[in-house]
Amino acid sequence: MKSGAQIIWEVLVQEGVEVVFGYPGGAIMPTYDALPGYPIRHVLVRHEQGSSHMADGYARASGRVGVAIATSGPGATNLVTGIATAMLDSTPVVFITGQVSSPLIGSDAFQEIDITGITLPITKHNYLVTKTSDIAPALREAFFIARSGRPGPVLVDITKDAQQGLIEYAPDRSPIRLPGYRPAHRVAASDVERAAVLINGAERPVILCGHGVLEADATALLRELATRTGIPVASTLLGLGAFPATHPLSLGMMGMHGEAWVNKSIQEADLLLALGMRFDDRVTGRLQTYALKAKKIHVEIDPSEVNKNVKVDVPIVGDLKDALTRLVPAVRQRERRPWLERIAALKGDSAVRDVQAIPSDGRLLAPHVIHDLWRLTEGRALVVTDVGQHQMWEAQYYKHDHPRRLITSGGLGTMGFALPAAIGARFACPADDVWVVVGDGGFQMTSCELTTLAQEGLKVNVAIINNGYLGMVRQWQQFFYGGRYVATPLKSPDFVKLAEAHGLVGLRVEKREDIPAAVSRARSETGSVVIDFRVEQEDSVYPMVPANCDLHDMIRRPSPIVETSDEP
Amino acid sequence: MSLDPSQRSFIAYLEDQPGVLARVVALFRRRAYNIESLLVGRSERPGISRLTIVVRADDDTARRLEANLYKLVNVLYVEDVSRAPSVDREWLVVKVATGPDRRTELLQLCEAFNARIVDVSSASIILEMTGPTDKVDGLLETVRPFGVVEMVRTGMIAMTRGESAHQGLHFSREAPSEDERAA
Repeated sequence: MKSGAQIIWEVLVQEGVEVVFGYPGGAIMPTYDALPGYPIRHVLVRHEQGSSHMADGYARASGRVGVAIATSGPGATNLVTGIATAMLDSTPVVFITGQVSSPLIGSDAFQEIDITGITLPITKHNYLVTKTSDIAPALREAFFIARSGRPGPVLVDITKDAQQGLIEYAPDRSPIRLPGYRPAHRVAASDVERAAVLINGAERPVILCGHGVLEADATALLRELATRTGIPVASTLLGLGAFPATHPLSLGMMGMHGEAWVNKSIQEADLLLALGMRFDDRVTGRLQTYALKAKKIHVEIDPSEVNKNVKVDVPIVGDLKDALTRLVPAVRQRERRPWLERIAALKGDSAVRDVQAIPSDGRLLAPHVIHDLWRLTEGRALVVTDVGQHQMWEAQYYKHDHPRRLITSGGLGTMGFALPAAIGARFACPADDVWVVVGDGGFQMTSCELTTLAQEGLKVNVAIINNGYLGMVRQWQQFFYGGRYVATPLKSPDFVKLAEAHGLVGLRVEKREDIPAAVSRARSETGSVVIDFRVEQEDSVYPMVPANCDLHDMIRRPSPIVETSDEP
Repeated sequence: MSLDPSQRSFIAYLEDQPGVLARVVALFRRRAYNIESLLVGRSERPGISRLTIVVRADDDTARRLEANLYKLVNVLYVEDVSRAPSVDREWLVVKVATGPDRRTELLQLCEAFNARIVDVSSASIILEMTGPTDKVDGLLETVRPFGVVEMVRTGMIAMTRGESAHQGLHFSREAPSEDERAA
């Protein structure tokens, strides 16, 4: 006989789970009580939101399913932001929540909340389990659904009496039967042929590389496709790293804060080959003027994404790896010198505006911090970013050459994501150099997880890009709201002392020349290190395509800075 | 199909489990699709309910709507029957204000629409009819001058004529029977 609580852990072990992130409470206590004896590490977080991002970070870094556990009521509702974050970025996470005993459901019992109702629109699927015998099937399905097809979060809400019930249990290893679930369509050969014709005939093609390339584990195929066809590759924020940033055909990030040459290349292209991306509004700008000269091929696993924002000429619905495996041999090998020369010319114009060309004038600029961090970590760090200006600067200046080396909340744009997500990533990549790059605002949203870091004895380095503002909002206020800085100036605690209060090392950097010593110290310390980078307060992220404006119409870095860059 | 061109109708088979209809409705709400009518009930298959839904949507929206419905794990089968030859019906029950003086007139109208009188009181008559949506609209238009006291209509159900596209498709959680395997 096994209890429902034991069955939960049995299934988790069977699914290969090694670590779970959670917080106990009344309705999940039977499950916690059954944990000792199972080979699973539990990480006690300081707030359930932290556990949701940790499980998400673990999933993104490892490509495996992350698991977060919480109790009923507020425990469950505190997960909501993390569940939505995983949903919007299609990451595989299973959330397990305790629920009040089944006879109490619907009675507004203490800590009862309808979490399956609440999470209906932000989960790929969810379950309310009220019977012990339903626990194992629901959990097995949850893992299967979370990781297959277009991945996503699945929540399993389990009543306390179901956890306490005793039944005869034998592990079920049979294949999952879900007749209504279609993870991936079969790629149609005719679609691949039509795509190949367009690719072979194109003079100015651009590949748009999205998160799906990473999810489908198709990075090698993408490299093969790009080098064979000579087509340059632009990336979405979540696609960064799927194609090596230092590859000659790599353009960099597209969209609102994409470099000018990337967006202009897209606007001049005669063919867009979109791979595992969804034409988000931050990527396209105004749809009415988006890539009007281009035919569009869209390779996408989720048929509901096809023709959603941008009308495409050839949709290829199905697994990206499968599609590229067929597409690569079907396309002609060729060089595209005129097109690449045209792009190089566009780049030349941008290079003189590049903030990296600005000699240090005593101010510490955030892009310099990122650039130096990239150089000092040999481009090999696993970087977890938060949301805001620092996130865009990281995307612009940390050149990711390898997949799953950048973890960031793209779709939902969840501030407070970075620190907990990095803790999760640490478990997925125990040998890696893990860096949190976070703003002073976002850091304070989940800085309580520093305690988790300390309690678990984990090594994560934290670079706080501290400009004393909610920088991205301040930037919008500067550009679009008459410079009225309402509710954006931000007071922070002394981050060095905060680190020290946790028994961690805290460092402060105010000049560019002090960056190498601090980064080097952080890398050599065995424990976690927090570096407070006091950067220029009112710098902005350039270029910028204002929301719903033409993609080629960017706000560029203002000329006074450009002029200084003319010096050798 | 008696729909106006801006409308689309779908039939869908759903697992008959708690909360499945809520998932369908939540999807429509979230994606801002306008539901004209929605009807759900038992199907010919045990444990599986059948949904007919009518929405305002262009071709493209309809395609995405179908894809979105399929993304729901408990949705087993979806078919856009908007343009398929089909039998589509809804059931109307309407209480019309009419005294004895105009009953004969109303009775004649009923005959023209194949409507039936199901209740008569001194000041009103209850009529019922089944028919395609445009016929139901027609009867309502006709009786409106009498004064409609109360009205209820079910929304449309639809069934394609001839062979069914999902005939022989196995989509329950149970293993297929010998007959189904043979098919």
